[in-house]
Amino acid sequence: MRSRMARNAFALGSAGLLVFGIAGCNQSTPEESNSQADLKIVEQVQIDENGAEVKAAGDVKPADPTGDGKATCPPVSIAMAGALNGPDAALGINIKNGVQLAIDKHNAANPGCQVQLKPFDTEGDPQKATGIAPQIVDDQYTIGLVGPAFSGETKATGTVFDQAGLVAATASATNPTLSENGWKTFFRGLANDGVQGPSVANYLKNTLGYKKICVVDDSTDYGLGLAIPVRETLGPVADSACNIQVKKGDKDFSAAVTQIKGVSPDAVFYSGYYSEAAPFVQQLKDGGVEATFVSADGTKDPEFVKQAGESSKGSILSCPCGPATGTFAEEYTKKFGQEPGTYSTEGYDLGTIMLKGIDSGAITRPALLDFVKNYNGQGVARNYQWSPTGELTTNLIWIFKVQ
Amino acid sequence: MSHQAGSETTKSTAAKRLLAPGDGLRQWWDGLGRPQKWTFGIVGFGLLALLPLFPPPWVATTGISLGGTMAQFVMIAIIAIGLNVVVGQAGLLDLGYVGFYAVGAYTVALLTSPDSPWNKMGATGFFSKDWAWLSCVPIAMAVTALAGLILGTPTLRLRGDYLAIVTLGFGEIIRLLADNLSDVTNGSRGLNQIAYPRVGESERLPNGVFSAGNSSGDANYGTWWFWLGLLLMIGILLLVGNLERSRVGRAWVAIREDEDAAEVMGVNTFRFKLWAFVIGAGIGGLSGALYAGQVQYVAPTNFNIINSMLFLVAVVLGGQGNKLGVIFGAFIIVYLPNRLLGVELFGVNLGDLKYLFFGLALVVLMIFRPQGLFPVRQQLLAYASSAKKLLSKADDSKAAA
Amino acid sequence: MLMAANINFNVDGLINGFWQLTVDGLSWGAIYALVAVGYTLVFGVLRLINFAHSEIFMLGMFGTYFCLDVILGFTPSGNAYNKGVLLTIVYLAIAMVFAMLVSGSAAVGLEFIAYRPLRRRNARPLTFLITAIGMSFVLQEFVHFILPQLIKGYGGSNAQQPILLVQPKAQFTIFGATVSNVTLVIVVSALVLALATDIAINRTKFGRGIRAVAQDSTTATLMGVSRERIIMTTFLIGGLLAGAAALLYTLKVPQGIIYSGGFLLGIKAFSAAVLGGIGNLRGALLGGLILGVMENYGQALFGTQWRDVVAFVLLVLVLLIRPTGILGESLGKARA
Repeated sequence: MRSRMARNAFALGSAGLLVFGIAGCNQSTPEESNSQADLKIVEQVQIDENGAEVKAAGDVKPADPTGDGKATCPPVSIAMAGALNGPDAALGINIKNGVQLAIDKHNAANPGCQVQLKPFDTEGDPQKATGIAPQIVDDQYTIGLVGPAFSGETKATGTVFDQAGLVAATASATNPTLSENGWKTFFRGLANDGVQGPSVANYLKNTLGYKKICVVDDSTDYGLGLAIPVRETLGPVADSACNIQVKKGDKDFSAAVTQIKGVSPDAVFYSGYYSEAAPFVQQLKDGGVEATFVSADGTKDPEFVKQAGESSKGSILSCPCGPATGTFAEEYTKKFGQEPGTYSTEGYDLGTIMLKGIDSGAITRPALLDFVKNYNGQGVARNYQWSPTGELTTNLIWIFKVQ
Repeated sequence: MSHQAGSETTKSTAAKRLLAPGDGLRQWWDGLGRPQKWTFGIVGFGLLALLPLFPPPWVATTGISLGGTMAQFVMIAIIAIGLNVVVGQAGLLDLGYVGFYAVGAYTVALLTSPDSPWNKMGATGFFSKDWAWLSCVPIAMAVTALAGLILGTPTLRLRGDYLAIVTLGFGEIIRLLADNLSDVTNGSRGLNQIAYPRVGESERLPNGVFSAGNSSGDANYGTWWFWLGLLLMIGILLLVGNLERSRVGRAWVAIREDEDAAEVMGVNTFRFKLWAFVIGAGIGGLSGALYAGQVQYVAPTNFNIINSMLFLVAVVLGGQGNKLGVIFGAFIIVYLPNRLLGVELFGVNLGDLKYLFFGLALVVLMIFRPQGLFPVRQQLLAYASSAKKLLSKADDSKAAA
Repeated sequence: MLMAANINFNVDGLINGFWQLTVDGLSWGAIYALVAVGYTLVFGVLRLINFAHSEIFMLGMFGTYFCLDVILGFTPSGNAYNKGVLLTIVYLAIAMVFAMLVSGSAAVGLEFIAYRPLRRRNARPLTFLITAIGMSFVLQEFVHFILPQLIKGYGGSNAQQPILLVQPKAQFTIFGATVSNVTLVIVVSALVLALATDIAINRTKFGRGIRAVAQDSTTATLMGVSRERIIMTTFLIGGLLAGAAALLYTLKVPQGIIYSGGFLLGIKAFSAAVLGGIGNLRGALLGGLILGVMENYGQALFGTQWRDVVAFVLLVLVLLIRPTGILGESLGKARA
């Protein structure tokens, strides 16, 4: 009995070794193991609604939150609402840091006017946001809000801020229908998906000349909301045989990869967030799909590059958000120990605009609302001026590349 | 009961007193007569209703409005009462109760949201802007009860663990259906602009006190929903209480304690189990309708397994079978995380650790006090008060003799 | 009807990709099978659904990561390393053993802290279940919030940056389906482990003890079998296999090492165990394979978003039509 067991164990053990041998067997091409060529997301160019490239404007100085250093004001605060915890927290934290930087710079330079930042964590959850919105509105010292961060929670809380007359400028919610609710307090600090979608689609179709594109979305509010205008604008270029929907939280995309491989497109457009985009692009590359991977602002995050590694090289990412450049980027990195992330620039710019309003004497909600409504000035990412519905008057999208 | 006898002797009295704050309270409550219970009940609920208006400083929640928290609490409390009927009274372990919550909420959403293809809103009649929500509530309860009937009929023949798994499966299937059938339910984008009761429209509040516009001050729309929910909860409590004291309730107790013996004694166990399921489902549907009206936005992400577990925590924590105890359980699971929302400890926001705390609470409670904080006491259900009076009279006469 | 509009009924896709879907499904099924064994053994011996088993698996994933990161010194990078045939095998084997150790000890610890006190108090089955749910929460949130404070860079809300040792490459094709090296490793390792477990349960002395306790624990105690030792061994075996499955899973989905990574997989593995016949070892293995394959077919047939629904619908159908599962409950019976 014992010898039989020993024999069995030996057989199993050697079978096991054999298996691993076969597995390692085809590692024939020596790849550089540690050459983590430092991949970064680098801005390329701005595009307009027709996908045509637009040269950057000349050196116009962005607004500086420090102002003239002589501002005086009673203690007021600016609130920030967004996901500071949970799987998509990176985006919320980026915005908060941007606003924080603007406020801290302002407070340091203006001893007579100390503005406070009040962050609120909504976890990106619309129901939680409906409980938090009254809290923000109730605080009489809060005269401005940067947020909410996600489209779903903005949808659920827009009426609250509208009725309270509290200016709510979002740095990241891109769902186009948000500005159609008649909210007088809604301001969008970046182009919406209704602009981003057609712009990217036209860029891919016209400027880059792709003939066959697969559009994949993650069925979320944001993902689907962006994918629909992309599919419409691409028209016949978006191959209907690979019009795929996956789910947020999925980690295995083998069925999608198989389908896409069968179609052999020039590019794959993924409309969703980085936590799914990273495994998706890796599985695409592993599956032998050579198409260019294109995605949007939900993917544009350093986490995407970290998790996808080499497979993310050459990916094109679009974003209504502007790149972090110049002194802003240096100050941010020095203060927070990491580079500015997606929407940090928008947070900084919107915070700066509100601070400028406070400095100019708008210390009540109606006054600040009025100030923002009539504002026209340059920020780090773009020029800010709003239409009556709260959309920006100039809508350019940035194209980035992982290289 | 042998379990309780064994455990009582092995625990120290200090631990016993720590984990049984409810025992003293419960004994006092059981000693009261019906009219006294009613008085205390009315006073208690009245105080509870006034809480959002005059919160003592240590009660107020920073970071999230107290009215909103109380509104959420009352919705979870109604769910807990419904789940208590299924789990606590009839002894059927249901891990997918969130499915009924979802059906109720989606019924209201599908009938009133402009994004839905089955939108019934019109200018006049039952589905006009003013009456739509109110008309939808009984419909939501009916549809959810029907769902309970459909779910229960094939599954209630299973016992114990198997029933738990099947209900878990069904709960997830309902959520996934809501997520995937996007032509009807709008998928993960959810249904927006759901109707809500239009009451108290005025110059300042053009949409009434229940709308999201009423957000300033203490009597904000959260508080109003809280009051509405409180009224409905009292109604449900009366209904469930009547059932408890009737033949149906006694059958449930019998099924919970020993199903085979009950069957042998002539109780039609399947029918009564089905009734428990259907009634529990209807109550869950009512809470779903409240949720849809308050948040005015319904999406599938909220109706996941974790929330199902959380409802179970409320029932177990409060005391299975005790309809007032589970309200307390619901209060704990809603109020505590919101109260601790801004509090930081060693760099971790305490409000985020809510699942950790509940998990720990569950484990500790199950080891040391599995019947919950306010367990239900066995009673001679039909003639409890008169039996007590008889017994106390007998004691007195013996003492006099 | 309106509902049907979202279900594609893509029969062509299913037929065209049939063998590829089967092959991929088998590799998923192998992982489900290994995790399912843990559920089925514990149920057979204790009549308890160990809800926290998915977290044992998750801890195994973190164990793999820790081993590769700290002990073997790889840097997380998202790019594949290429250390050559023999070294890769050795590294993978070390990582698997370490993951098995982590998961095994976590399982035994779980039994000791959470379930043993309940057994001593003669608690009802519902109590055990609720405790299991509680421990599941505790372990998840521990990794989510507390672990980042203890070990920098571990846990938290984002997935761990992957350490890729094996670059997936197609090895050969069978019936038109490409089999990659990852699939091969997973399926064959799972087979080896399953065989080993089967031998352990059916041919060894302590395996006989497990079957005895599953069949009738009182009589087994009378026959000299230590119930507590057997229970600990059961949990240990389940944990070891979950650890192995964790390593295989990280080969397949390198970005999946996150605090919530075990939850859905655990439920599916549990469905697989029920499908095959809970309490039956071979049933768990069979159920896992069937579930993996069926999921893939369903995904191709109805659309990718229906993948999870397939698992739950199968679960419900099995329970309604044949609650004892395909192979029937029989850990205790003589013929396992």
